[in-house]
Amino acid sequence: MTAALETVGLGRRYRTKWALRDCTFSVPEGSITGIVGPNGAGKSTLFRLAAGISRPTSGTVTVFGQEVRLNSSEHLKRLGYFDQLRPLYSGFRVEEMLTLGRRLNSTWDNAAAREWLSELNIPMKQKVGHLSLGQQAQVALTLCMAKRPDLLLLDEPVASLDPLARHELLQTLMGTVAEQGTTVFLSSHFVSELEPVCDNLIILSSSQVKITGTIESLLADHRLLIGPDGPEPLNGVEMISSRKTGRQRTLLVRGIPPSLGPGWQDLQPDLNEIVLAYLARRAPGANHKLADDGTSDGGPS
Amino acid sequence: MKLEPMIQFRLDRKSGVPAYRQLVDQVRQALRLGLLRPGDQLPTVRDVVKQIAINPNTVHRAYRDLESQGLTEGRPGSGTFIKRSLSKVPEQQQALQRQLEKWMRAARKAGLGSEAISALVAEAMRSSEQEGHR
Repeated sequence: MTAALETVGLGRRYRTKWALRDCTFSVPEGSITGIVGPNGAGKSTLFRLAAGISRPTSGTVTVFGQEVRLNSSEHLKRLGYFDQLRPLYSGFRVEEMLTLGRRLNSTWDNAAAREWLSELNIPMKQKVGHLSLGQQAQVALTLCMAKRPDLLLLDEPVASLDPLARHELLQTLMGTVAEQGTTVFLSSHFVSELEPVCDNLIILSSSQVKITGTIESLLADHRLLIGPDGPEPLNGVEMISSRKTGRQRTLLVRGIPPSLGPGWQDLQPDLNEIVLAYLARRAPGANHKLADDGTSDGGPS
Repeated sequence: MKLEPMIQFRLDRKSGVPAYRQLVDQVRQALRLGLLRPGDQLPTVRDVVKQIAINPNTVHRAYRDLESQGLTEGRPGSGTFIKRSLSKVPEQQQALQRQLEKWMRAARKAGLGSEAISALVAEAMRSSEQEGHR
């Protein structure tokens, strides 16, 4: 399968700080791939590099086999980029946003865009600034989908939305992906929301990719071991996190332990537990620095 | 004309069970209970996706899985249909239920609460599944 998006050793430095470092992964064509990580992990930097609005300091990023060039119109034509700031003109009416989209894009399905918005009961005459946040997000997503992109880049599409609006946005997204077969790369804080929509997951923390894989393989490859404090059963497994509470020890490991000592329980962790274990596994001494990793990112992420 | 779907899928986002397996299990459960019968149509991939906001590939995969189990068949252009049922012979099921109820009464008599009973049942289920896999 070809990669819709691929990065090799990708890095971006702002002055002396690396916002993203040695990042290698690929998003298979036709897949929905999610990326999860704390604020300032470098997610938005990654999206800007993939969209071709920022230049890498090191490494490469390719989209459908072509290296991404800065502001290339050929490249932008195949992309729908949903910025977390959702650059909608609040003084424009919804239909004026559609007109703008039609004028700016050579491929544009206006009929589909109108149909989606009417299905969502979003009034065409309403000014964008008077819509709810959920509706604004729906309009922004519609604008992205109406150009019929091959690759959709969605940076925190559901951030700042209430649970119902989040669900509705994902419903719209999944419905159109089912129809058009678009490849989707999206980021979120909400692991529980990514899990049912994604094939693959990338965990990004402190500017680096911690692990990447299909959600199924991530679930299958990790175990949660709970047992007495003392020697740990670590034969043939990699320890991701270890917590001690009273007389009990809780380990999240990668790999399947061959046999466990008496008193040990072997449980299936959920995806959220796996993600948290990787996020907690920062380089020693880096714990307090998490917040300032983001300041060089040029904005919230 | 659109028919009312015979099954509404749900997703337990916290169970740790892969989503496609949950869909497969829900169809199997409905077949076992007789809620789905041969000839019934499953909702289209697009409908499932729009209803529960789930990855279309997951639904495709669940439907492929059901088809390879011989439970459904895809008819090009019209959808996915149930091919065979899973409901057990009723007498056998009733006998099993009576045995379980007898066991429940014994457990209650021994002073076990609902939580302890659930834990025992889950454990027994798990070990019997493991035996089945070996």
